[in-house]
Amino acid sequence: MQQLKSLSETPNAPYPYPDARGRYGQFGGRYVPETLMHPLQELEEAYASAKADPEFQATLAAFQANYVGRPTPLYFAQRLTEHWGGAKVYLKREDLAHTGAHKINNALGQVLLAKRMGKKRIIAETGAGQHGVATATACALLGLDCEVYMGTEDMERQKLNVFRMRLLGSKVTGVHSGTKTLKDAINEAMRDWVTNVGDTHYVLGTVEGPHPYPLICRDFQSIIGREARAQLFEQEGCLPDLLIACVGGGSNAIGLFFDFILEEKVKMIGVEAGGFGPETGQHAARFAGGVIGMLHGAMSYVLQDANGQIKGTHSVSAGLDYASVGPEHAYWRTTGRVEYAYANDNEALDAFQLISRLEGIIPALESAHAIAHACKVVPTLPKDDIVIINLSGRGDKDVSQAARFILGEEANL
Amino acid sequence: MNRIDARFKWLAERKLSAFIPYVTAGDPTLGRTAEVVLELEKAGADIVELGIPFSDPIADGVVNQEAAFRALKHNVSLHDVIGMVTWLRKSTEIPLLLFTYYNPVLAYGVEQFAKDCKDAGVDGVLCVDLPPEEDPDYKRCLDAAGVATVFLITPTSSPERVELLAKSSTGFVYYVSRTGVTGERVSMEQSVKGAVESIKRHTSTPVAVGFGISTPAQSAEVAGYADGVIVGSAIVRMIGELGDQPEMPAKVGAFVKTLADAAKSINVGVHV
Repeated sequence: MQQLKSLSETPNAPYPYPDARGRYGQFGGRYVPETLMHPLQELEEAYASAKADPEFQATLAAFQANYVGRPTPLYFAQRLTEHWGGAKVYLKREDLAHTGAHKINNALGQVLLAKRMGKKRIIAETGAGQHGVATATACALLGLDCEVYMGTEDMERQKLNVFRMRLLGSKVTGVHSGTKTLKDAINEAMRDWVTNVGDTHYVLGTVEGPHPYPLICRDFQSIIGREARAQLFEQEGCLPDLLIACVGGGSNAIGLFFDFILEEKVKMIGVEAGGFGPETGQHAARFAGGVIGMLHGAMSYVLQDANGQIKGTHSVSAGLDYASVGPEHAYWRTTGRVEYAYANDNEALDAFQLISRLEGIIPALESAHAIAHACKVVPTLPKDDIVIINLSGRGDKDVSQAARFILGEEANL
Repeated sequence: MNRIDARFKWLAERKLSAFIPYVTAGDPTLGRTAEVVLELEKAGADIVELGIPFSDPIADGVVNQEAAFRALKHNVSLHDVIGMVTWLRKSTEIPLLLFTYYNPVLAYGVEQFAKDCKDAGVDGVLCVDLPPEEDPDYKRCLDAAGVATVFLITPTSSPERVELLAKSSTGFVYYVSRTGVTGERVSMEQSVKGAVESIKRHTSTPVAVGFGISTPAQSAEVAGYADGVIVGSAIVRMIGELGDQPEMPAKVGAFVKTLADAAKSINVGVHV
């Protein structure tokens, strides 16, 4: 029992990343214009102090329980398990967190941190709109001004989330430059931050960007894996054999994976967006089609041309449609600790419908990429294996987009 | 001696401030940019900054962003700009500084980049999103090639960082006159003069000031206390408005002459 008990708790072994320079092996770092260097050092210090402050942690925990609705369930998906006929499948239900995705974990933590730092104004970027909605929500809750930058192409794809952010009292600013998607929204948010850094905190939405952002976001998201470990121990008395999560920037995946990273027997797969297929050039599979480069302050894998210009990306899912990936994922991929795969648009749309019919859960198109890869892997696994899939968000926001693909362009929901 | 150092030495002997215009290379075409550089020299520029177009220019305001996107429409690359410098060196000895983002340099290969800069006649490089501590190879390779490494100091730089950046800069130190992206401003901040004086206590390297200077009056004001005056967006905007018309380089030259003359109308330190 003593040995079993240890499976329900995070190993107390040291994990050395990021190092003192904000690096994960050769990845990460702090490649920013000089104006941001000192503010990033201040943020690093302020975060270290908040992390060590029991009062800050207690405030965050109380909001997580009473406002966000944590812990989110770890649900045994019986019909999906029977359908695939392989390993037992559990879904970590981040779709049931307040605002409908895991993004609130990081947004709430960072807005609390900003308030502790005395910042008056919050800015954020958003792709699918989930991080923007989560940040707008946290700002409404804590009474801070909020401005969200969003590519105009994404605004078109995610009209519902644009309205939700405005309803929550945030300003939503369309970004018309470049590819008009997430990377351009990050560019504009960084320009705003460079200009207003004195009174403004930039809530970056994923495990990307200059140090300490990947660390801060990992810490706030790793509650997903801590809960999943305890919940699975409660239900099965063991560790999982395999974890699967989609990877855009990679925050929901790190959130699920991190608590298990030192458990060698637990395998992990991150699923990128294959778009129309990496061979078409219309995709966001950085590990399948990218090279090592630097975008938005961090060294990582980047989709770029031979001259170092960042390429446009494509995915049916706005939240995975990004040319780079979190530096810690790049590190895990290099060491082989985590396997990375991709699912194409049509596979994700099939999975979107499959889980809706079999489990009564309409997933976010992002999360549908994780389900799509599970379709290939789970049937090949022994029946006594256990797989946890991170259902990172709910699909209400994607229904009209999905209808256009499933029913044809004329569908107008 | 590096052309940038030689120019600052010549100016210091005359108590004059350098006038340093910035243009985006390849806007509207590399051929036009080469013509503009020659006009800028005639107009009194001491050093010319050539902006390398990049797809995600996070430190630039909208004027420079749009110029970069125009250049990228015909795929102007770092290789192409270095090639243009080789061509320009047949007809001019004006000091040339590349203003770039890090990823194109990383894709080029830092060592090869330094070698090609030297061979082409590039005199210095400013990499706007590369703090000196992130890639020691960058400075090592450029130092070895005799190409100056210019770093930015900003109003948010801590005293420790001012010391590091002043020490890491060769050619000159670039003081960013206010927090924010590149672009024109109505008035200069009062604190700039004090900041320049404080940097000069750390280094004997010349200190030039940029970001937000767009009028002859501002140019003269800054020339009174800084070793160099940098003007970018006001010139880039004019090039964007005139586009590919044949008389564009001469018109830009005439505008730049007003700024360069203003910068030379005063001796550095006279009003300190």
